[in-house]
Amino acid sequence: MKQQLETIRQQALASLDAATTPAELEELRVKWLGKKGELTAVLKMMGKLSAEERPVMGQLANSVRAEIEASLEQRKEAIHSAVLEAKLASEALDVTIPGEAVSLGHQHPMNMVLDQIKEIFVGLGYQVVDGPEVELADYNFTRLNIEEGHPSRDRSDTFYFNDEDSLLLRTQTSPMQIRYMENHKPPLCMLAPGRVFRKDEADATHSPMFHQIEGLVVDENITMGDLKGALVAIMKQIYGEDSVMRFRPHHFPFTEPSCEMDMQCHKCHGTGEVDGATCSTCHGEGWIELLGAGMVHPDVLRNCGIDPDKYSGFAFGMGLERMAMGRLRINDLRLIFDNDARFLNQF
Amino acid sequence: MKLNRKWLHEEFVDLSHVSDKEYVEKLTVFGQKVETWERMDSEIKNVKVGKVLSIVRHENSDHMWVCQVDVGEAEPVQIVTGAQNVHQGDLVPAALHNSYLPGGIHITKGKLRGEVSCGMLCSFNELGLTQNDFPDACADGIWILNNEDCKVGDDINLVIGNDDTVVDFEITNNRPDCYSIIGLARESAAAFGMQMKHHEPVVKGSDAGSMYDKLDVDVQATDLCNRYTSRMVANVKIAPSPKWLRQRLRANGVRPINNIVDITNYVMLEYGQPMHAFDYRYVGSGKIVVREAEEGETLTTLDGNVRQLKPGMLVIADEEKPIGLAGIMGGENSEILDDTTTVVFESANFNGTSIRQTALALGMRTESSGKFEKNLDPMMTVPAVQRACELVELLGAGDVYDGIIDIINYVPEEKKLPLEPEKINRLLGTNISKEDMVKYLNLLEIGVDGDTLLIPSFRPDLNLMADIAEEVGRSYGYNEIETTAFITSTQGGYTPMMELESKAGNLCRSLGYSEIITYSFVSPAIFDQIRIPADSPIRNCLKIQNPLGEDTSIMRTIALPSMLDILSRNYAYHNKSVKLYELAKIYLPKDGQVLPEEPKMLLLGTYGAGETFFTLKGELEAILKGLRLPKASYTAVTDNPSYHPGRCASVSIDGVELGYIGQVHPVVAKNYDIDAEVYCVEINFTKLLDLKLPEPTYKPLPKYPGVTRDIALVCDEAVTVAQAEETIAASAGKLLQSIRLFDIYRGTGVPEGKKSMAFSLELRSDDRTLTDSDSEGVVTKVLAALKDKLDAVLR
Repeated sequence: MKQQLETIRQQALASLDAATTPAELEELRVKWLGKKGELTAVLKMMGKLSAEERPVMGQLANSVRAEIEASLEQRKEAIHSAVLEAKLASEALDVTIPGEAVSLGHQHPMNMVLDQIKEIFVGLGYQVVDGPEVELADYNFTRLNIEEGHPSRDRSDTFYFNDEDSLLLRTQTSPMQIRYMENHKPPLCMLAPGRVFRKDEADATHSPMFHQIEGLVVDENITMGDLKGALVAIMKQIYGEDSVMRFRPHHFPFTEPSCEMDMQCHKCHGTGEVDGATCSTCHGEGWIELLGAGMVHPDVLRNCGIDPDKYSGFAFGMGLERMAMGRLRINDLRLIFDNDARFLNQF
Repeated sequence: MKLNRKWLHEEFVDLSHVSDKEYVEKLTVFGQKVETWERMDSEIKNVKVGKVLSIVRHENSDHMWVCQVDVGEAEPVQIVTGAQNVHQGDLVPAALHNSYLPGGIHITKGKLRGEVSCGMLCSFNELGLTQNDFPDACADGIWILNNEDCKVGDDINLVIGNDDTVVDFEITNNRPDCYSIIGLARESAAAFGMQMKHHEPVVKGSDAGSMYDKLDVDVQATDLCNRYTSRMVANVKIAPSPKWLRQRLRANGVRPINNIVDITNYVMLEYGQPMHAFDYRYVGSGKIVVREAEEGETLTTLDGNVRQLKPGMLVIADEEKPIGLAGIMGGENSEILDDTTTVVFESANFNGTSIRQTALALGMRTESSGKFEKNLDPMMTVPAVQRACELVELLGAGDVYDGIIDIINYVPEEKKLPLEPEKINRLLGTNISKEDMVKYLNLLEIGVDGDTLLIPSFRPDLNLMADIAEEVGRSYGYNEIETTAFITSTQGGYTPMMELESKAGNLCRSLGYSEIITYSFVSPAIFDQIRIPADSPIRNCLKIQNPLGEDTSIMRTIALPSMLDILSRNYAYHNKSVKLYELAKIYLPKDGQVLPEEPKMLLLGTYGAGETFFTLKGELEAILKGLRLPKASYTAVTDNPSYHPGRCASVSIDGVELGYIGQVHPVVAKNYDIDAEVYCVEINFTKLLDLKLPEPTYKPLPKYPGVTRDIALVCDEAVTVAQAEETIAASAGKLLQSIRLFDIYRGTGVPEGKKSMAFSLELRSDDRTLTDSDSEGVVTKVLAALKDKLDAVLR
């Protein structure tokens, strides 16, 4: 009997090793371990053994069974993983085939640049506001110290809706200074981006409608040094930490002192020349104008009920198109308002 | 305003040691921005004064000459010329091999009919000059330099007077004083911390007599003419001006004409005071009247154009007729002629706005009107006329009459301001000493008397402390002011509307829509293009009275045409499939309100393969959901003329009408030249802000599983999905969680005129697992209601 069990063990293990499919394996399980299997047949003969032999043989039979079962399990796993691998191999893809197209829209380049600018200002404590585009001459001009008869009030420059020239399309975002100061008391920090309108025929550098960004800060003891500090810090965030800025005196009726801020041309580094020719970026000037600014004129503060002896402030205004075009190297303003999808999709 | 540096150095402040670049940068940061600058000799290169040593006929030409020319080099050069006015011994301009002439003309060595020519002899035209610049020169042929102050080998630029730099300043309109050489000299001197030289004109006078016997001036339009100053000159000899004067005019872009006219132009450049000279012969009755033009009056101006005049326009007239358009241009009828013998100089101060408006109305902006419109200093008229008379004497152009007529209607009062160093420093954020401030202000000719500033009449822009602070600041140097950081307690942020816009933009883009920006003003033709009825309130719009053109003449009251315009353009560009969005303001006039309302509309527009009403509707639903809005209702609209009558719905939320979604009417699409199905959404975005749902709070997740029951109904074609859904929702009871349409079927098994709609109902209870009889009960109630309300039966 011992011999028989040993034979079963050897034959069973050998046959399991040779099996390659789950079906074969199942067949072998039935053959060796099934109710009518060979091991069972041997065990049935246990009853004929002596009382001394029975436990010894029983132990041996159990160990043979356990060995076969373990081998069967091991073999089953091996066959399964081989089958799975074969299946996976047959499912291989050309991963270089493009993905299913999902079309994503594009933000207009100008609003893209505007959003970045707004983020910077909001981080510095500025409240972003919006205001009317059809505006009163009172806000667009008079309260900003631009008196009757000033050339910018001419019908050749400004669009009007009535004979009295009192209702117009705002020519600047500066009326937002007045509107904001009317409703807010210092300390205040405001940023007002928006559309403005001037009577210019559309060409590569002009448009009858364009965008400005107006800024205003009013508090006690605000100085021209603060104006410089704030604008330099902000412009460096926009144009890079290594950019070089300068301030020049200028004139705006609603600020005094007034200034313009330039950035040294990044292409020619202020020399105005590239390889012996006039620099195309700054047209030989060496500097690129960024914005106009100044200390809020005492009359303007007074016009809004703010005491100029107690408070001072600065205001600034910049052209969004100019910034976006410079930044994104757009060479024709008309592209901005043409909205050709081939243009929009580039951003 | 142009300035040639040589004039500055010779007469006012010698900055010849300063390079052009340094000068330009210094003045720019001082507050006089230089727009451009140019060396006058940059165009002409390698052209020298040559002496013709010999001149012989060209062997193969009957009109050309072969010259040997000494240009100051070891050997003479051979130059062939076709000119007939050159003789042996003449001094001539010789453009040598590899030379440049104005207009970028490059001269090189070559052969003319077999003879080598190492350059070209030049006429004055070829050197960029006119007869006016050199009146003695021969107009035909080569410019003979025998009478010019020059020698062989000299650079021709020196002979012409091109050894100079012309700087063009952008003058801000608060500084009329800088529209003059003297004004810019003052700024130049101050920028470099130097004193400028002043010249007080001195008129010697003559025995010609008194002008009071000859001329009477009557200023009637007192509010348009602040001051009228006049002097007269007898025994005038019209002749060309001397070279130094011509050169200064030419450098500043003014064409020399004759001594009298040149003097008026010279004084205008130098003082910034426009002047005019009348021929006394044509001042009828010896009387000058300054008045407004009469209706129907005309004047032929110096440029030969007949001008139609109107009241409000200021004219200089004699007793009968206008002889000049005040401050703009003289009349042809009183022009200085070669035989003029007696001249009336006018040095006046006119109202700037009036001059500007007249010039604008007549379309003739001149150098003179451009200056007057800045509101000049009325104190300048006398020095200017004195300077003109001084020049007359200096040039020997005539004898100045005794007397001066000076009619004053307005001169500014003497202005004094306190000097407040502390306040100035507080505004600038500086620590500049009072002594330094006084030094700066004195250089700008602002007088300081203790703590009082005496403001000169040419600085009307200085009225308060902040104005003085600017003068101090720019003298100290804006770039020297230390940058500081202020600390504010303000909180940065966006308006709720801006936040919603930003969210909407993100949603649109994630759905494939790209953003566009369109003009706020449109053509009135848009209403017809999108078939808006004649009596529609949409046509009530703001009209621009002075538009650039018809196409941009009204403020849009509807944004759909702007979207269609851009879709049309893209269609024309052959962009096959396009999805666009815009957050577009419209401008709605409101009764009893001066300003219009300016709500923002959300526009979606698309055409191309795969785009249908339902793709767009799905996208709109996603956007509204993404914006956290309640579910919108869609109602079929058959009478919106811009849309397909069977494919348009109005959109509303909680009963608030928001706008439309639909296929653009094919006729409208055709009006925009689009031969494709176009789908658009127009939603009043501003209204969405108030409809926003509150921020959600957590609801416990379901404890018990739900059950799904599908029902397929057969009903009339006319029954809508919305009706069926409403009926189901109303009848199902509180177990119903959601209804989902999953099929609509017509064909085999469904009778003609009917359709089958299949819905999936999700049922769930919060306190138990539903049994079959629970769900059966719901379905039974639902089917009964559908039968009852819509005559719909289970398929």
